[in-house]
Amino acid sequence: MSKSQTRVVVTGLGATTPLGGDLPSTWSALLAGESGIRSLDWEGVEDLPVRFAATLKVDPAEVMPKQSLRRLDRNQAIALIAAREAWTSAGFAPAVSNKTMRNEEPAGVPGGFVVDGERLGVVVSSGIGGLHTALNSYEVFREQGWSRVSPFTVPMLMPNGASGHVGIEFGATAGSHALVSACASSGEAVGYAIDMIRAGRADVVICGGTESCIHPLQMASFGRMRAMSTRNEEPARASRPYDKNRDGFVLGEGAAMLILESEEHARARGARVHGIAAGCGYSNDAYDIVLPDPSGGGQAKAMQRALADAGLKPEDIVHINAHATSTPSGDVAELNSIKAGLGEEAAAKVVITATKSMTGHLLGGAGALESVFTILALRDGLVPAVANLEDLDDEVDLDIVRDEPRKLADGPAAALNNSFGFGGHNVSVAFQRAL
Amino acid sequence: MAVATEQQILDGLAEIIDEIVGIDKSEVTPEKNFIDDLDIDSLSMVEIAVAAQDRFGVEIPDDELRNLKSVQDVINFVQKLQS
Repeated sequence: MSKSQTRVVVTGLGATTPLGGDLPSTWSALLAGESGIRSLDWEGVEDLPVRFAATLKVDPAEVMPKQSLRRLDRNQAIALIAAREAWTSAGFAPAVSNKTMRNEEPAGVPGGFVVDGERLGVVVSSGIGGLHTALNSYEVFREQGWSRVSPFTVPMLMPNGASGHVGIEFGATAGSHALVSACASSGEAVGYAIDMIRAGRADVVICGGTESCIHPLQMASFGRMRAMSTRNEEPARASRPYDKNRDGFVLGEGAAMLILESEEHARARGARVHGIAAGCGYSNDAYDIVLPDPSGGGQAKAMQRALADAGLKPEDIVHINAHATSTPSGDVAELNSIKAGLGEEAAAKVVITATKSMTGHLLGGAGALESVFTILALRDGLVPAVANLEDLDDEVDLDIVRDEPRKLADGPAAALNNSFGFGGHNVSVAFQRAL
Repeated sequence: MAVATEQQILDGLAEIIDEIVGIDKSEVTPEKNFIDDLDIDSLSMVEIAVAAQDRFGVEIPDDELRNLKSVQDVINFVQKLQS
């Protein structure tokens, strides 16, 4: 047991991803080994080094009126879509102080549990923020002058915009936060949400991450870093963690949200509990602004601190959803960190997957989406297989799920979800199966 | 641009308001106050004003926008500038 006596449980989940417009469709596509990665059909795309990405399966315009989308950056729209699904799945009634977008039905279950807004918090991260808005607005400015720039430009481009909108929509007055730490952002969001509940600041927290920055500038900038796969002819086979022929990550977009709740609050209302958000560990490499510390010490420390925070032992961990972005050096370095963090013996028993092989890399949305996958893997006893793993890298000596999903044994089980970000941020979130 | 009738301005404004904030055209009547009756926020008013300028070929300075509180105010303002 951790230092605090308050246990935090997961009672609601939602997502919109390259695999599906909601979580059930995303999860079944993931278990089926489908790919959300496709060619881009932009004008002028042939001039880019990378011409594919993991774009959303369901465009926000299909589920949101155009008037709402005028005032929301794409990352904010999808954050709301995922938050609404999570809210409804938790069995909550439409928020009392609901200020949803005009002409939209407030999310929630009629006659469901009424959440006290004063005890409701929000932690929603984005790594990049409103890149589409910033660049599109500048285009309008240059072509049509300053008076044509949307008055919503600032709230649309600020990286805390999604957190703000989720807080407004559900009337969450306990606090609204947006942690920005690149690809570790929404792992940290889940960790911060756990701490908000432990500290007694809230009984319920909507937490998660969102990202939408698939734009020519990003393809060019990440391309210049030589960080992305250039397998332009075979997009669905481009993201291949642990495979000998991996050549970089694939940019993805999407949002994922979790409803965290104090166990006491959840039990009192008879909520369905998907899993336990057991704890979170952080570290910072303090090494280089983009390169991970080659010693892997920071990543190992994050995992050890997650175990300590959750009151778990290395041998309790049966599964890890790895950060594994399909870069030549990063994937194996993380496996070495897992061995250092858990010890060789415990690490050898862990079932490891890399779901970015199918979703692409959601950057600031990755930590939350993969936390959701980790919870479902424990809940359903099924770990998705890594896609495109045809020729295992010789340096991989841990148990990677290949070809088909792996069943987990019944009974007590815990898992980690790792996320590492530019800047040196390492975060590992620990979950336990609810028994 | 030809001078618009009061009805044409009303119809045009209602279309703009529907397009930008999604309020049914039938709700946009001359006596309605943008903020109190139609619940339009100030940033959306800025967007509506820009669209109205394009549509009616008049300039609505920011200073003036503050005084345009009702649908009738806009109709009067546009008619005055067009004549």
